[in-house]
This record gives sequence, structure tokens and C-alpha cells, in this order.
Amino acid sequence: MSEWPLWEIFIRSQHGLAHKHVGSLHAADAAMAINNARDVYTRRNEGVSIWAVPATHIAASSPADKGPLFEPANSKVYRHPTFFPMPEAVKHI
Amino acid sequence: MYAQLVDTGVTKVRTAEDMSDDERRFQQRIDDGIRIESKDWMPEAYRRTLVRQISQHAHSEIVGQLPEGNWVTRAPTLERKAVLLAKIQDEAGHGLYLYSAAETLGVSRDQMLADLHSGKAKYSSIFNYPTLNWADIGAIGWLVDGSAIINQVPLCRCSYGPYARAMVRVCKEESFHQRQGYDILLKLCNGTAEQKQMAQDALNRWWWPALMMFGPSDAESLHSAQSAQWRIKLFSNDALRQKMVDQTVPQAEFLGLSIPDPDLKWNDARGHYDFGAIDWDEFYNVIQGNGPCNRERLGTRVKAWEDGAWFRDALAAHAGKQSAGQPAERQVA
Repeated sequence: MSEWPLWEIFIRSQHGLAHKHVGSLHAADAAMAINNARDVYTRRNEGVSIWAVPATHIAASSPADKGPLFEPANSKVYRHPTFFPMPEAVKHI
Repeated sequence: MYAQLVDTGVTKVRTAEDMSDDERRFQQRIDDGIRIESKDWMPEAYRRTLVRQISQHAHSEIVGQLPEGNWVTRAPTLERKAVLLAKIQDEAGHGLYLYSAAETLGVSRDQMLADLHSGKAKYSSIFNYPTLNWADIGAIGWLVDGSAIINQVPLCRCSYGPYARAMVRVCKEESFHQRQGYDILLKLCNGTAEQKQMAQDALNRWWWPALMMFGPSDAESLHSAQSAQWRIKLFSNDALRQKMVDQTVPQAEFLGLSIPDPDLKWNDARGHYDFGAIDWDEFYNVIQGNGPCNRERLGTRVKAWEDGAWFRDALAAHAGKQSAGQPAERQVA
């Protein structure tokens, strides 16, 4: 029989941060993916919540699209607060 | 190391003139310290070499559980059993992180396991030695995991992103392994004369195989030079081995144990320990399948895989049946 499907695993740590991708594993179904993720990725209290997503369901941008996708942001430095120098005398801004 | 004698498939180190435009851009990224990711363009030789190296490393983690598994039921206290079990569980995890990293290069898990089981893919020579007494478990943690750390810490900075990230996770867990080994030996060395002798006996048997883990000198190796250019090998075998000797000798002195090497002595001019010649015939003999435990280790792995086949198939069949009935959707938390 063919290999069990691949799942991508996301863990949320205790400190209120978003789920973060930690790796992948093979499992027959979602329940098993979560059990295995518990054993593999949270042996040292790394998390309080697990997402398991079938790897085939993840749509990813292509490295070739890096230019069109991300370069437009390079020229828009005014999106950062540091673009606007403030006078020394002005506080709390 | 956990990956020894990795073949790059090249006949000479690629120079800028040999390279296509794609390859030059690829090498430039590596030289600039930019990580390569799975969907990026990469030379076929780089991909194949990484598959060999990472899968060999993964196989070592998995086969490495076997010499220790022998002692789970024999560990002297309940706490020692629990600790050893946790260490062995970590090794399974390390194998999995590494298999997953290799899978991003387009090779399937089943293919890698088939290559291990057929003998086509190798695992580290060190796991073909027997664990004869409890002190051997201490020696493995101290010397084998200690050597693994020396090899793996630089790999956290290697050029392939998924491999480097797997190494970061592995290294975080590995120092527990080395300390639990040293702790076992510390206890034995502070015990009765017989217990201290057990520790010395284990060191006598594991010292040279541990030094062999780093592989023969690769100063002249074409494959090592190519791997260094690709930044999937960051230090020479000899440099890593020297580091291991330098840091381990004082640890042995603290235990009151003697290193089984009459030529070992501090060299003030070099600022390193000099040590005796390694028996490379023994190393090649083990690599070629004739070590004390090669057949037993591989036989155990193949049997576990074959005996578990019905269970893996049953779980897959069950999952297929469930998903045909109703879509198993869960609320995202």
C-alpha cells in the first residue's frame, strides 16, 4: 500500500503567539497527525495547540514570483514610521 | 560522522568556468550566505548529495536507537529507565526531522527506507558495535552524542534551509543526551572499584570507534571540497575530530578514567592534544558490513518494517473508509 499522506504541523507556544510551522510528518488521518505531532514536536512543553494541515492543501508562492510579489514594497519606505523624522521637542509620537 | 564518506557524484570541484548561469547564481547565493529552499533552483548534484547526506544522517538516528533499546529494561533504576526511554524517543524524533528535510528534495520516505533496508544507503559505523554493559550507555551518551554535537552545531548554518532548521531542533535536544551519558559514568566512577572498572572498560571499547565516527582524513577529498563549496560541510573531519579529543580528555580526567591511547599527550606548540593512529582497516570493515553487529542491526530494522506492514495498511484503510463516510473537519482553534 502507498505511503501515508504528509501533514504540515503548526504549533502555538504558550506565550500567546500565532501558530508557527515546525515541520511535517506522515499520518493516516488527522487524529493520528495530531497525536504524532504531540509526540514529535511538543516533548518539552513547546506548545499548547496543534494544527495539522495536509501538505497537498498548502498553496505556496513560487520563488520565480519573488520579484513581482515582494519588490513593490521596497520602494514604499513611507510605510515605516521612521520615514517621518520628528522634531526633538515633540514627545509621545 | 552520522553521515560518513558522502559521495557528491562530481569528478572535479566545479569552478566558475564549469558552471552554467543558473549554477553561478546558485553558488553566489551560497557564498552570500543566503539559504537555499526546496523550491529554489539547484544543481542536480547538490540535490542528490544532500539526499544522500541527510538520509544517511536520518538512518543513523533510527538505527542508533537499537543499541540503547537493549538497555531500557535493564537500566538500574526506574528513573534511569525513564530517562533512557526519553533519550531514545528523541532519537526517533531526530530521524523524523531529518527524513522530512530530505523529503523536501523530492525523495519519498518509502524510497529512503527501502534504500536503508537493501543496504544501498549507509548509517554511521558507530552503531554496529554492541552495548555489553550498563556503562556502555553512559559512554554512548558522552562520546557518541558528544561527537554528534560537534558535527551538528556547524550544520545549523549549512546552505540548505530545511536541513539547517532540522539541525537547530536536533542540537537543542542533544546536550541532554550527552549529559545523561556523563551522569551515568560519574555515578559509576564514584561507586565501587568494580563499577569504576565497568566505566573504564566501556571507554576502552568506545573511544576508538567514536574517533572513527568523523571519518578518515578528508584533506585531499574531492567530495569534501565540493561539499565545502556548497556549504553542506563546514569543517574538515580532522578538525572536528581534534575538537572532540581536546574537549573530551579533561572530562575523562575528571572521571578518573584513562584514555586507551599511549600516544595521547598535550602538545603545547599546537595548543592541542596529539593522539595515536586510528585503525582505518577496522573502519572500512565496519562500513562494508562486517562490524560486530551490522547484520543484527539491519535485520532488526527490516523485521520491524515488515512486521508492521499489516498495521500501517490497516490504519490507511481505516482512514480511507472514514473520509469516504464524512469529511473530518475540525474547527480551527
